[in-house]
Amino acid sequence: MRLDRSANHSASRAWLKTLTMPILALTAFAMFATTGLAESVNLTGAGATFPYPIYSKWFDDYQKETGTQINYQSIGSGAGIQQVKAGTVDFGASDAALSNTQLKDMPRAVIHFPTVAGAVALAYNLPSVSQPLQLTPEAVVGIYLGKIKMWNDKAIAATNPGVALPSAPIMPIHRSDGSGTTNIFVTYLSMVSREWKELVGIGTSVSWPAGIGGKGNEGVAGLVRQTPNSIGYVELAYAKQNNFTVASVRNKAGKFVAPTLESTTAAAAGASAALAKDVRTPIANSADPAAYPIAGLTFLLVYQDGKDAAKQKAIADFLSWAMTKGQGEVESLNYAKLPDAVIKVNQTNMLKLTSHGKPVLAAR
Amino acid sequence: MLRGKHFTFDDAYRGLLMAAAAFVFLIVALIVYETAVGAGPSMRAFGWRFLTSTDWDPVNEHFGALPYIYGTLVTSAIALILAVPIGISAAVYLSELARRGVGSGVSFVMELLAAIPSIVYGVWGFFVLAPWLRNGIEPWLVNNLGAWTPLFSGTPFGIGILNAGIILSIMIVPTIISISREVLLATPRSFREASLALGATRAEAIGVVVDAARPGILGSVILALGRALGETMAVTMVIGNTNRITFSLIDPGASMASVIANEFTEATGKLYLSALIEIALVLFAVTIVVNALARLLVHWATGGRREAAAAA
Repeated sequence: MRLDRSANHSASRAWLKTLTMPILALTAFAMFATTGLAESVNLTGAGATFPYPIYSKWFDDYQKETGTQINYQSIGSGAGIQQVKAGTVDFGASDAALSNTQLKDMPRAVIHFPTVAGAVALAYNLPSVSQPLQLTPEAVVGIYLGKIKMWNDKAIAATNPGVALPSAPIMPIHRSDGSGTTNIFVTYLSMVSREWKELVGIGTSVSWPAGIGGKGNEGVAGLVRQTPNSIGYVELAYAKQNNFTVASVRNKAGKFVAPTLESTTAAAAGASAALAKDVRTPIANSADPAAYPIAGLTFLLVYQDGKDAAKQKAIADFLSWAMTKGQGEVESLNYAKLPDAVIKVNQTNMLKLTSHGKPVLAAR
Repeated sequence: MLRGKHFTFDDAYRGLLMAAAAFVFLIVALIVYETAVGAGPSMRAFGWRFLTSTDWDPVNEHFGALPYIYGTLVTSAIALILAVPIGISAAVYLSELARRGVGSGVSFVMELLAAIPSIVYGVWGFFVLAPWLRNGIEPWLVNNLGAWTPLFSGTPFGIGILNAGIILSIMIVPTIISISREVLLATPRSFREASLALGATRAEAIGVVVDAARPGILGSVILALGRALGETMAVTMVIGNTNRITFSLIDPGASMASVIANEFTEATGKLYLSALIEIALVLFAVTIVVNALARLLVHWATGGRREAAAAA
């Protein structure tokens, strides 16, 4: 197998030239582009999918303002936590706060920074019922334990006078994939029911005693929309975008509150004293009278002491921005903003961020 | 090109091809090794109980795979029961009876079906098939057959084992038809001519051809079964995702592939992740066992007549 080299020589030369010219040009451009950004810091983060829309907006706007580039991969809270542990990312993101054991497993101290609040709405499909339902915590627990089987059960009828509830079996629908939404929901159920806490417990996925599972918010929403007499839980943002009828739930103060951005922020406000002591405290079943009870926070996970001073400073700067200007953007994407008290907690915690023992932010 | 003492192009070529073949083994070995290592903590914690326990509780970290093994096997069985008769009948028609134009037209549609991404099947199963099942087919099954068999009892939701089985059957029918058709077309013409010359009817002649093509047809079924066992996305969308074993086909269930797809991304905790990896290992083992059984079946059905398959 020999090619006659001489015959092809000049032809291949010309071919080579046409190929290399654009490559050279491209390389030059790439070098120029990277040198242009060389002064700014690049951060990488990974984790939760729930806050991904607001995070990508934040990171985009923040880069435009400051030049700091933040790459975020929404690979799921669990994977995000592992990436933080392995040290492959500069920060992680999780919908569920780390447990004490998870914190101990980390190589160094990790600080939680709540960024936005979210609520879990109960959407239902009752063709014959037009007015919004009012549910007690006991009714919600009973439905998901499989103990309240019929829509006209006394536990539901008692708080919905004048509503003609059908005598039909209830089909509870839950998430089949592990998710922060599930974590918020079952955290709430465990707080209001000892039976749930002992029988099922808290987690991003649990062993459901009743109902069927749909994958993702869209899976649950699709099942609810399709299945008459079903009820399912979805993120508030998702319920709002899709105009679902959602139930009001009785809160700790005894008021029936519908899930809104305001009532979600109120839930975080009601827990702010506890959050100041431990920012991981669940905000579900909040004592605030205006609070919707099934709510939770999503967190950024940052090592208290960063090895790279420039990066640690950049993270702290971004957090300061997210707590001030960033909070103004969250409602446009249907996330609930943090109450002032929780922003203060974050600002206090930011001062604890260090690199090689030296604080990266100057105390105000 | 001379074959001499020196390193020749042929040698290089042969080496290259051999490396490609060895690569396949290497990949399989690596997959088994990596999954086995990943599944280690779970295997040590649960042992063989992992295969027989129906408990799947991420909160308390008790894991058992039986409901998922059951779901995978039952949905694949439904898929085969529905797809094999249709697939083989269609292949026989296309190769033996249909006019050439019809044959190539149908094969074109078949290739289209085979090229549809599985998530599209899932969406169709979720939004189209589920309401049909819930409002029409499943109530009928429950009312007419429910009294005789526990296979059709309970409340029809449209989402469940039956839906997953039907979707899988639609997904694997193209594989069965296209391969079986090719095999039938490759059967020597003399088989048909000889049967007809001996006074066989058209149906009998087709019987002879199908019999000759049996190894290849069974091969197509094995390939189809492989797809059904491992199908993930479409099944996850329509199976209902509950880890309970029920004998009713209209109830929701879960398969091995679906539980991995559902829970892998948010699996926190070493044991949890390890249990999911062990499910992958079990799925791998089930696929190998089922394939081996199917090959045995081919061997038994053909009396070791591999040359017929080779001819095809």
